[in-house]
Amino acid sequence: MNVLARVVAHRLFWPVVMLLVLFAINLIAFPGFFTVSVRDGHLFGSLIDILRNGAPTLIIAVGMTLVIATRGIDLSVGAIAAISGAVACSIILGSPTPGSLATVAVAVSVALLISLVLGVWNGFLVAVLGIQPIIATLILMTAGRGVAMLITEGQILTVNSPPFKFLGSGFWFGVPIAVIIAAVVFGLAALITRRTALGMFIESVGINPEASRQAGVRARGLLFAVYTFCAFCAAIAGLILTANTAAADANNTGLFIELDAILAVVIGGTSLAGGRYSLLGTLVGALVIQTLVTTVYTVGIPPIATMVFKAAVVTVVCLLQSPTTAEAFSGFRRRLALRAGKGVAAS
Amino acid sequence: MTKLLDAPQRPARSGGPAGPAQRQGLARSIRSLLTSPKYGPVIVTAVLFVAVFVIGGVRYRGFFSGQVFLNLLVDNSYLIVLAVGMTFVILTGGIDLSVGAVVALSGMIAASLLQSGWSPGVVIPLILVLTSVLGLLVGLMIHVFKVQPFIATLAAMFLARGLCYVISQNSISITDETFVQLAVARIPLGGGMSITPSVIIAVVVVAVAVWVLHATRFGRTVYAIGGGEQSGLLMGLPVARTKVLVYVISGFCSGLAGVLFTFYTLSGYPLTAIGTELDAIAAVVIGGTLLTGGYGFVLGSVLGVLVLGVIQTIITFEGTLSSWWTKIFIGALLLVFIILQKVLTARRR
Amino acid sequence: MTDPAAPVVEMRGISIEFPGVKALDGVDFRMFPGEVHSLMGENGAGKSTLIKALTGVYGIDAGTITLSGEHVSFSGPAQAQAAGISTVYQEVNLLPNLSVAENIMLGREPRRLGAIDWRAMRRRSAELLGGLNLDIDPGSLLGDHSLAVQQLIAIARAIDVNAKVLILDEPTSSLDTDEVAELFRVIRSLKEQGVAILFVSHFLDQVYEICDRLTVLRNGKLVGEYLVEELLRIDLVQKMIGKELTVLDDLEQRARSVVVDESDAATFVNASKLGRRGGIQPADLPIAAGEVVGLAGLLGSGRTEFARLLGGIDRADTGELTIRGKATKLRTPRQAISHRIAFSSENRRDEGIVGDLTVRDNIVLALQADRGWFRPIPKKRQDELTQSYIQTLNIRPANPDALVRNLSGGNQQKVLLARWLAIAPRLLILDEPTRGIDIGAKAEIQKLVFTLAENGMSVLFISAELEEVLRLSHRVVVLRDRRVVADLENDGLTVDALLALIADGSVEADAAELADAAELAPVTASVTSVAPADAAASAPQPPTDPASGGRA
Repeated sequence: MNVLARVVAHRLFWPVVMLLVLFAINLIAFPGFFTVSVRDGHLFGSLIDILRNGAPTLIIAVGMTLVIATRGIDLSVGAIAAISGAVACSIILGSPTPGSLATVAVAVSVALLISLVLGVWNGFLVAVLGIQPIIATLILMTAGRGVAMLITEGQILTVNSPPFKFLGSGFWFGVPIAVIIAAVVFGLAALITRRTALGMFIESVGINPEASRQAGVRARGLLFAVYTFCAFCAAIAGLILTANTAAADANNTGLFIELDAILAVVIGGTSLAGGRYSLLGTLVGALVIQTLVTTVYTVGIPPIATMVFKAAVVTVVCLLQSPTTAEAFSGFRRRLALRAGKGVAAS
Repeated sequence: MTKLLDAPQRPARSGGPAGPAQRQGLARSIRSLLTSPKYGPVIVTAVLFVAVFVIGGVRYRGFFSGQVFLNLLVDNSYLIVLAVGMTFVILTGGIDLSVGAVVALSGMIAASLLQSGWSPGVVIPLILVLTSVLGLLVGLMIHVFKVQPFIATLAAMFLARGLCYVISQNSISITDETFVQLAVARIPLGGGMSITPSVIIAVVVVAVAVWVLHATRFGRTVYAIGGGEQSGLLMGLPVARTKVLVYVISGFCSGLAGVLFTFYTLSGYPLTAIGTELDAIAAVVIGGTLLTGGYGFVLGSVLGVLVLGVIQTIITFEGTLSSWWTKIFIGALLLVFIILQKVLTARRR
Repeated sequence: MTDPAAPVVEMRGISIEFPGVKALDGVDFRMFPGEVHSLMGENGAGKSTLIKALTGVYGIDAGTITLSGEHVSFSGPAQAQAAGISTVYQEVNLLPNLSVAENIMLGREPRRLGAIDWRAMRRRSAELLGGLNLDIDPGSLLGDHSLAVQQLIAIARAIDVNAKVLILDEPTSSLDTDEVAELFRVIRSLKEQGVAILFVSHFLDQVYEICDRLTVLRNGKLVGEYLVEELLRIDLVQKMIGKELTVLDDLEQRARSVVVDESDAATFVNASKLGRRGGIQPADLPIAAGEVVGLAGLLGSGRTEFARLLGGIDRADTGELTIRGKATKLRTPRQAISHRIAFSSENRRDEGIVGDLTVRDNIVLALQADRGWFRPIPKKRQDELTQSYIQTLNIRPANPDALVRNLSGGNQQKVLLARWLAIAPRLLILDEPTRGIDIGAKAEIQKLVFTLAENGMSVLFISAELEEVLRLSHRVVVLRDRRVVADLENDGLTVDALLALIADGSVEADAAELADAAELAPVTASVTSVAPADAAASAPQPPTDPASGGRA
């Protein structure tokens, strides 16, 4: 009873249940769901697809988790993804040797470098000017797509560059490159924040900025770091997305991905009010979102209705995590206990 | 706006020479007006609007006319209505991301129902009721279940957008007589100038909103929630009801804006009005409403819409500027106004 | 009409339970019309819970509430207000973005034809403000006024509703002497009108001055109800804390015996002409190693502002700080910490604890920040550190993984102290470390200050309670009107002498009140009640500008 209560109370309980329910639905609709086969030395299967397609969202969500933990939010990630894709593609297109590894390396590096600048800009607005994060990043969210269009001159830039394409759809030891990149980003973030004191500082600043300042925590540097990291993640995701289709579309690359990423963080149990965060939760959240999309396909619902289901998932998760629901539950349990007359404590 | 007259000021000290003291008092009260978080941004927006309009007039032939100004209203009447609803929400310190999707949804509902032969007299009220109910659900989610407004309205946005696709993936055009009539109707104002029925609707909405916010208990409670929800609660104000109602109002306004938008486009399309929520938020912010809530005016938001409109018009007149510059300009304007708000509120602290 | 001898409020057997805590356990409480009643108790005694039960903020789990003989059950503050129970909370709960008039009338605005009648509203609020001798424009924004004025506006709001019961929760904590006198005048006149007033304050002087009856709570239980004139202060304090006061006496004797070792008393920190516009006039302050320096002064005298400069919280715009003979400019708290200067804020909740982190994280925070994020303190070392402070400071619950926000005020203060002790400071600045915490924890903290000084740590100690300052300090620095006015060795200093220095010429005293105060030998001589005592020492100085406080 006690163990069960503690499991139910765990912040990851509902997200994991949600994921398992989605898996179960898939398994019923498509018995081969968990099958992973090796074809041409590459891993194939629904799970692999979920991981691969969910990689960009997960990468951004990792950066977003840290931003949200500092009481922030970054709405500009979609725009940054579009900008990085546009930059990389225009460099590759402008080069005489679009297929060479060096060209792609330069393109990717420049795109990532620009994302760092954009991240520093967000960090500057938030940390130095002290503007509310939602507003500060709204600026780049609005202007960023304009900038991306400026770079692509309103065109969809299609590139023919095998090394670049590899970034989006390649495999390494049978595992999709996108998944490997996501794993590396996730692992690095977890390692850096939890093995050093960074995580504690991030949470501390998110919970009480003034107390943290007086305790000697330098919030300014920290904010710069998380926004820059988040922009960097966004750029990586943007490159993967662009490489996947081998085309930079300033309007549609990373459209709504900021919302998916925020959703993943929230489903994972990190509060938008900042403070304690869970990268593992974010991982589960990102998987829930991607599995949902896949489920909609497998079950045979028209894919266009995915958004309705996303709405349903957001609502359900939010209502389950709501303090009101928790209260109602414990009240219900207390009444049950009273009725049973045994006085079993609710906790 | 009578409150403008009694902005806080200390009486000039008696005994001193009256002339300079008075002038000093005036200068000080003007300065306090400009640096007040309440009035400062609105005044700056008004000045900016006039300035941009004058610059346009100087640069382009035919810009400086009444009709160009009226066209700002004609082209942006739906955005004005959206901004009104958004103002209510932002004044309480919330935000509504769903408005763009709801505009698209009401367009889709209108187009598909009209196509299957429903009467506009039924369709329009139905849309308004549906979007208000959606707003109500969002409000309840925010208030009862303590979901952040950002997330709750995000869910509503997904829902509305998804429902658009469920209705149809393609554009549905509207051929209904009444709608077409309303779309093409012009109301002459004399001197060759005219407006559309949409403008009148928008003006009525603005007038009602101004009255509600300024002169009713509900309106003052909206401001109170933005100033401090906990305090409002302890003062015994109907915080719960008000907080839910602002989202109903925003839902209603989005529905109405959707109807006005279909008058304008005469079709329903699921991908329409993407990013309109950003325009509405930008208009409200540029119009001087503090995003943390508590300070701002509906008329400011209308000014904000006009500023966005006039920039668009200038880009059209310029001809050589590509459309994406609009986004960059709006972004830059947002930046300027947000920093302005920051400076003004920081100085007061 | 109700019988004057019948209680207007009667609460019986009130119990309220929060997850894991029984906040109130079968408490009885009553109030009579036309009397001032005080609710006394340590932190965590259940005072605010009882008030919130009466005002409808919390629902009650058991018990009954009777108002003027009728059973009531409020589902919110609005209902309680409508029934005639008005409250002014400790933190001013008003709206800075609205006008003064609206803050007074919100929820009961006069209306004409469905619309708010702004003119009538301004007229009515001007009347109410006039009744409190407050001459401000009702149309001005509330946020433009000082905290004290806001407090009075809150009271204006509370008395407008024809309240039968007026609850004042710590109303004097942000008021200066003049304003307290003004408030008491208002309270007395309301009392004459038959209003039952619940006056909650930590200041015993004020309670004894204004209250007729008091109810003591301890740990969520009722201790008893007493007439103020029949209860000695020492008895009251004992009933509140439930243990003998010997700890404090014990300390006093040790204080006399502690002497700074002159040979080792090299000046650790020396502030020269250190100042900040709007905060503190340039002032000097040398602090020797192992010395405890007390800062005495009224709220707003510059005592906190001065301490913040020394702690690097605010930047000084004039003067310099010499640390161990080296001139230094402190720009951030972090720099101060690297010089081993620790500043513990008076505002524990907003500037001290990090509520959602564990006790362990809170304790290691400053030390870790000083080491930088890249060199984490090993888990084992963190645990040792935490465990040792939990034991030495007697932090309860003794669980390193408990979230600090769930601890009581006194224990949160101890966690904060542990955080600062963990960096092994050479100078520890304690701004009101004992405010709002129970007497037991207070004594422990005072004792700790001694031990630290004995071990060579310098301490800058700020407290509103002059006795505490005198008991602990080797030297007392007195501030007034943002200026250092005296720097005295604590050798035969008395509370009265300090009071005279603090209040000198800044307050006009009332002769009658002076006589009153002379009879009340203060147990805790708090600086906010100094008005009467200073008259004798008052030198003929120009009166302070009446416009500066926003009041006429």
